[in-house]
Amino acid sequence: MPQSEHLSKQYDQDLDAIRSRVLEMGGLVESQIQTALDAYASGNAALVDRVIEEDERVNGFEVGIDDACIHIVARRQPAAVDLRMIMAIGKIVTDLERMGDEAEKIARMTRQLYESNQMPPPKFVDVRHVANVALSMLHRALDAFARSDAAEAARVVKEDAAIDAEFLAILRQLITFMMEEPRIIGRAIGVVWIAKAVERIGDHAKNIAEQVIYIVKGADVRHTDMANVERTALG
Amino acid sequence: MEIARPEVQRFTGAADGAIKAAAGGLSFYYGAVNALRNINVPIHEKRVTALIGPSGCGKSTFLRCFNRMHDLYPGNRYEGEIRLFPDNTNLLAPEVDPIEVRMRIGMVFQKPNPFPKTIYENVAYGLRVRGERARRVIDEKVEQALKSAALWDEVKDRLQSLAFNLSGGQQQRLCIARCLATDPELLLFDEPTSALDPIATGSIEELIHKLKDRVTILIVTHNMQQAARVSDYTAYMYLGELVEFGRTDDIFVKPRDRRTEDYITGRMG
Repeated sequence: MPQSEHLSKQYDQDLDAIRSRVLEMGGLVESQIQTALDAYASGNAALVDRVIEEDERVNGFEVGIDDACIHIVARRQPAAVDLRMIMAIGKIVTDLERMGDEAEKIARMTRQLYESNQMPPPKFVDVRHVANVALSMLHRALDAFARSDAAEAARVVKEDAAIDAEFLAILRQLITFMMEEPRIIGRAIGVVWIAKAVERIGDHAKNIAEQVIYIVKGADVRHTDMANVERTALG
Repeated sequence: MEIARPEVQRFTGAADGAIKAAAGGLSFYYGAVNALRNINVPIHEKRVTALIGPSGCGKSTFLRCFNRMHDLYPGNRYEGEIRLFPDNTNLLAPEVDPIEVRMRIGMVFQKPNPFPKTIYENVAYGLRVRGERARRVIDEKVEQALKSAALWDEVKDRLQSLAFNLSGGQQQRLCIARCLATDPELLLFDEPTSALDPIATGSIEELIHKLKDRVTILIVTHNMQQAARVSDYTAYMYLGELVEFGRTDDIFVKPRDRRTEDYITGRMG
């Protein structure tokens, strides 16, 4: 969706600055999640600390971007696509911040598992695969935002179902383990928390993708079926 | 799992009213200059319809067709029609007397233009022109009109002083009261607040909100935020054409036409 420029160059610059900061925040959250998963895989305590530290910066981005949006509304009274963009960004940064919280949960749970020496054996459950899908959803949702690409956003929305299914599969697998071996229940529950955090990251990525469709198409596709999401995004 | 979406709760906008007036195939010429091109638009009853667009787009020209103001100058020519309902009169038909039209359709201009008379006489003027002579009736109508125009409390003790002694905002409300005294069906506002400060502007906008309980309003404004604030429907005009007409809620959030979007987002010179 190529947009021509505003008469006011300052307005263009202000909007561009907010968009860039959203992408910067998104990149930070991506790396935070990646670091949390690396910590889980390696048990490296320094990585756990880094994830927790980074959350402060993510929170700072959220507050700063919200503040910038309020100022745009107050000073410019944005309309149409600009209005949709500002409103959607307000929601997108909330999703990004919560993804940061999920990364922090993964990190803290990892530390608990390692410190209590309850780390599940390698290949205990494959959280890594589903985590990579969630990370790629986030990456592509941000990409769709940067390029105002509704079709790509629709594909991200669609992928969330796969993550939900995989989470249930992990849960079933862990329940089986726990029934066979009650001694591992403590650490299995730790893994459930981590898998749940990954699943939530997928949900937030989906929310971001829905907001991208709203920005580009002006239609609110939240809580509608996939057929409607695709029809809206491609129409 | 996909869930069926609950019915979306809408919190804004009034339901569509009946149609009070409609332009059909309306074109207008100032001599050889074609100022309006094939305009088709409904005006919903007891709603506010805003006409927006850049200078020279024809929005004031269009507004003035409704009370046949263009008849005052030779060489002007209408094509098409403007129907006024429920009687389905074509306001532009040559056999329709413009004076009759103006009895039913009031107009408020950019700059307040009270008559050089007292406050009372300004409002009573239309009634007297209509042949009303009973003092009691005129008193009552003047009071009602001034109350409806939210001016009564400010002027009730000085009805006999000159209208020019009022402030700009009060003069504008006096002009609105002057229109209301004759019970018009349609009120035309041509940039009614562009000569007023923000507080006087606010009181006129508030008045427009109140008036739509009883009268249909068509307003030309080059202040887009004003259109967004006061209107139920918005028509965007450009180069004498109607580009887009729709509910104000839709026009300002999701216009269908790229030209409308460029204009309301400030992307157009």
